[in-house]
Amino acid sequence: MRLALSEADTAFRDELREFFTTQIPVEIRERARAGGPEFREDLVTTQRILNKAGLAVPNWPVEWGGKDWTPLQRQIWDDEMQLAGVPQPLTFNTGMVGPVIAEFGSQEVKERFLPATANLDIWWCQGFSEPEAGSDLASLRTTAVRDGDHYVINGQKTWTTLGQFADWIFLLVRTDPNAPKKQAGISFILVEMNTPGITLRPIKLIDGSYEVNEVFFEDVRVPANQLVGEENAGWSYAKFLLSNERTGIARIGTTKVWLAEVKELAAKTPVGNASLLDDPLFASRVAEVEGEVLALELTQMRVSGDEADGKPNPASSILKLRGTQLQQAVTELLVEVAGPDVLAVNADEHNAAAKYLNFRKTSIYGGSNEVQRSIISATILGL
Amino acid sequence: MNFDLTDEQQMLADTTRDMLARSYDTESRNKAVDSELGWSREVWQQLAEIGILGLGFEPDESGPIEVMVVMTEIGRRLAPEPVAAAALIPGAVIAAHGSDEQRVLLDDVASGERLLAFAHTEHGRRGSTELATCATQQGDSWTLTGRKNPVLAGDCADILVVTAALPGGGSGLFLVDSSAVTKHPFRTFDGNRGADIEFAGAAAQPLGKGGDATAHIDAAVIRFQSALCAEAVGAMEESLRLTTDYLKARKQFGVPLKTFQTLTQRAADMYVSLELAISMNYYVAMCVADGRFDPMVASRSKLQIGRSGRHIAQEAIQLHGGIGVTAEYPIAHYAARLTAIEQTFGSSTDQLRYLSSQVGTYGVAVL
Repeated sequence: MRLALSEADTAFRDELREFFTTQIPVEIRERARAGGPEFREDLVTTQRILNKAGLAVPNWPVEWGGKDWTPLQRQIWDDEMQLAGVPQPLTFNTGMVGPVIAEFGSQEVKERFLPATANLDIWWCQGFSEPEAGSDLASLRTTAVRDGDHYVINGQKTWTTLGQFADWIFLLVRTDPNAPKKQAGISFILVEMNTPGITLRPIKLIDGSYEVNEVFFEDVRVPANQLVGEENAGWSYAKFLLSNERTGIARIGTTKVWLAEVKELAAKTPVGNASLLDDPLFASRVAEVEGEVLALELTQMRVSGDEADGKPNPASSILKLRGTQLQQAVTELLVEVAGPDVLAVNADEHNAAAKYLNFRKTSIYGGSNEVQRSIISATILGL
Repeated sequence: MNFDLTDEQQMLADTTRDMLARSYDTESRNKAVDSELGWSREVWQQLAEIGILGLGFEPDESGPIEVMVVMTEIGRRLAPEPVAAAALIPGAVIAAHGSDEQRVLLDDVASGERLLAFAHTEHGRRGSTELATCATQQGDSWTLTGRKNPVLAGDCADILVVTAALPGGGSGLFLVDSSAVTKHPFRTFDGNRGADIEFAGAAAQPLGKGGDATAHIDAAVIRFQSALCAEAVGAMEESLRLTTDYLKARKQFGVPLKTFQTLTQRAADMYVSLELAISMNYYVAMCVADGRFDPMVASRSKLQIGRSGRHIAQEAIQLHGGIGVTAEYPIAHYAARLTAIEQTFGSSTDQLRYLSSQVGTYGVAVL
């Protein structure tokens, strides 16, 4: 049992820190740190720099650009990116569809999509949730009916994040409505967004932002060779994807950076004759959250070192559950630091109220926190 | 960085766990707690025989990780033997700072023949580092005057490791024979024992070379906090295990309690609390093992353990229902111990007060 990084891991960390803070333009990192709306161009620029240096998709198989890193090294990569304010590689590409294609796709599908996915030449979006299939994802109704060498897709997806920027969408569709279990009749298919019959409707969020969309499919004809893996085996690919998603969602480094910003702002905010940071009541809330973040960081190190066969530990549910709670806690503190300045739209530096309201989403997406608790109680506690 | 125990450490955990499981079930544990001594001499001898009472006295052989491993098993079985309070913590102080002659004492401690106690806490001086107990020098001899309370295991200790204010400023560490003091022994609400101890010009021997030992005292407190964190983790693990077993076995409305999501979701939250506590327990123990006696580390760890311990103790009782508040069933005893640990060597509020005073002195929080 040893806390300190080995010499090799320290050198690894320093090298990445150097890269992220010198090779990713500072304007991009500052915009990302402010955490405002997603800047499409910034993401594309950053991911291409990372990809060129072989740092965009370390979690992929080595032959497709991945790195043979230890879980700890992967964690260091992730942390250092967040601490440097580097916009992370687009998770739909690198964390979701890429690993699924690499694991389950045919050689032809891999060659066609993986290099472009790593380089963000294709911007992917996710077509999983439906109006009647949220946490109960397996009850999805969008159908794909085989017609010659095509599938014809009809139905509706929702909560499609950044679909307005997307070139392609990866979809879960029902290919066998008569399967004995609803999970058994689902397939995983790749669809180009400009295919005739697809329409996008933006959903405006409580903070005024435009992040998510409804996507409608009306007799959309998709070449059958865009199916990933086996027909009707899509549910197992989706589970693989969702458990990967859980581990990436904690964003502990970002929470730490935001907490430091809370303190910086609080130190500049006068309360009586002192600053808000000198106020024991406020300082104790900061101290409490800081401690909780460090406890989760250590837990993440323990859990990520524990992955068997590269499969996420069910304990990764802790990371999703607790990581999102802490992200939300920091946005609460940002609102409080802003005080009355929070009221007028865009008046405070961090647009804190918008961020706070927007971040209520985090405990809902990626498998709601209640779903994570169910995973813990069933898988770990045997309840 | 790694979080794995060595094979030897794992074996130590298994041996301790097996030994204590053979020694105690709820009934025999309650009986030992209600005895005059409050614990079992027989179990103490067994602990000595397997080498537990001397852990850390020879730093080349064992250290804080071994202490952590053993304390977790003590907590898991809720063994009433004062392993940390009467042996490992004051023993570590003597081992680290005592003279050769004083260190000889440790042989008797490790063999179970002599008991120690760390007399530091003083009534009414919460959150203060200044001590009211003071040391007076006359020629080569020293005496102590003052009062220490609570002194865990102070009721049974043969030798006390005492902190006292020095005449020239700073705080010193002294050894005092328990026959030279007045003890007012008491039971703690969780079934342990302690004493309120009066020093009225009690003869004292400076530990090691004497002089200002403030840093050593701070380190001793951190060692104690780390041991308590480890013990709490054992108690929390067992509390959660008992609770999940109960949810599986107990039936109401014709079905097992685990059928009710309102209960299983709460059990999941207990698991999250436990894992966070385990992480912070490892953290403080690893830092102590590295010789890093950092009050930030100790406070953050003790705070997390306090929060998790309270959460798990309360929910364990609630999910058990009425049986959870009885003395016949184990869960309430775990809750009592976790509650006591939260209040020992700095409550959660005390930790938070310290941490709050520091938040402005750094930017991004780092481990």
